[in-house]
Amino acid sequence: MTADEIYNSLKAQFGDAIVEAKLDALQPWIVVDPNRTKEIALFLRDEPATQFDSMMCLSGVDYNGGKLGIVYHLFSMVHKHKIVLKAHCTKENPHIQSVSSVWGTANWHEREVFDMYGVVIDEHPDLRRILLPYDWEGHPLRKDYKVPEFYNGMKVPY
Amino acid sequence: MIETKTLPTQYVSQPGALKTSSGQTVRTDEMIINMGPQHPSTHGVLRLEIVVDGEIIIDVIPHIGYLHRCFEKHAEHMANYQQVIPYCDRLDYCAAINEEHSYVLAVERLLKIEVPERVEYIRVIMAELQRIASHLIAVGTFGIDAGAFTPFLYAFHDRELILSLFEMTCGARLLYNYFWIGGLSHDIPPQFADKAKEFCTYFKPRIKEFNDLLTFNEIFVKRTANVGVLPKDVAINYACSGPMLRGSGVNWDLRRDDPYSVYHKIEWEPKIGKGEMGTVGDVWDRHIVRMREMEESVKIIEQALAALPEGNVQAAIPKRIRPDAGEVYARTETPRGELGFYLISDGTGTPFRLKCRAPAFVNLSVLPEISRGAMIADLVLIAGSTDIVLGQVDR
Repeated sequence: MTADEIYNSLKAQFGDAIVEAKLDALQPWIVVDPNRTKEIALFLRDEPATQFDSMMCLSGVDYNGGKLGIVYHLFSMVHKHKIVLKAHCTKENPHIQSVSSVWGTANWHEREVFDMYGVVIDEHPDLRRILLPYDWEGHPLRKDYKVPEFYNGMKVPY
Repeated sequence: MIETKTLPTQYVSQPGALKTSSGQTVRTDEMIINMGPQHPSTHGVLRLEIVVDGEIIIDVIPHIGYLHRCFEKHAEHMANYQQVIPYCDRLDYCAAINEEHSYVLAVERLLKIEVPERVEYIRVIMAELQRIASHLIAVGTFGIDAGAFTPFLYAFHDRELILSLFEMTCGARLLYNYFWIGGLSHDIPPQFADKAKEFCTYFKPRIKEFNDLLTFNEIFVKRTANVGVLPKDVAINYACSGPMLRGSGVNWDLRRDDPYSVYHKIEWEPKIGKGEMGTVGDVWDRHIVRMREMEESVKIIEQALAALPEGNVQAAIPKRIRPDAGEVYARTETPRGELGFYLISDGTGTPFRLKCRAPAFVNLSVLPEISRGAMIADLVLIAGSTDIVLGQVDR
């Protein structure tokens, strides 16, 4: 399926949950409602025409200006087509629904997004920090992150 | 939907089933054991928290991040796009060339530039040499995990020959900074082609020797067959890639299925696990896939050397790289699987965001799924067969 067809079928199924799209980009992307990512993901995975059975990549992004987001790169090993989904949220209310029940690989990727960007992944089965120590403060990949002076009494950078 | 795996009944201990010789009931409890972070079999600083019932693994919880060094944050704070390349080398220090390949591909796609054909051929040759070197480490250390020390020495001897080829080309033996955006740092030296051919001729019988020594060794087969089975659907759902995915019988290789460079002009085929010694997707299958991939790599190198065109090794690119605002996700097949870089440019001279989708990270996340119900001694083999490099897991 082409990106246009995928967009149209999503629009027909979910209506308002499809916020915007850029289908003429190098890799076309569709922005979806952060509170409905799970059902959209499930639809994309199980619908025979799309069958996005594999998630290549899940990345957190800080777009500056208080906007955070998650980018999902999806791929279908059956039909060999790709699509990029995005879900945006604000720094004041950083909540995005988990898709780890749809693709198992999302579990660790979403923990990484939580760790690095502080996006709270709703309905995640095991939302802990993954790369940083459990007692680390702040979320380093945010654009406004300041390196702390001390960590557990040790000077940073030492 | 993947259902949570339930333990086979013979592995679940019945309360009161165990009795001492005097007839007292033995109390059985779950126990938590820590493996690592300083453990020779975790191939780096990985800590596995293991919940065991006797010798049966109930659950494994990997704790990672000991080697985290903020690769993605560093990339956002570089002076330009080129400076990221040496950092990519350090992601997976066993297969540095393949990491560079993925990154330069992402930037080149964003810049919409074509590189000269000679560059593409040299990149393929180098990437395949590196794949052999990396697989040699993988199978060599895997042999050690299984208790076989000699194959490790064989593997490292042959890897040394490949490192000499790299040293001859760019002066470095481990971290090369050889693939540049739009080309290469140096052309290959005149004697390189002959030396590489010589290596291919030498290496082909060595694979058979290695197989006789380790792969088909009866003790090794008994340790690895039917252990740590990764079913096909779980592998796809967890986005496993590389030998992990192919070991489970999925005929999938990015070099063929999402082609880049000049792989589509070369004749070779992906190798998949067939369950020859046990079940499809067991530890032995993942091992044999790596062994057979080395044979394929030799084929690719020979063909690429024969077809190597003359020409320039640097495309005409602007001195100051400023891609138009946009984003791209580029992926290549590294020895560990699909390495992707998600690159966002905001039109300035540094990446706005660079996400590294590390195959080792993703492949490690399936470890709890395939370890439940296994014996504790087999965990070493299961973890070894995922072939992780902690530099890449922790980034």
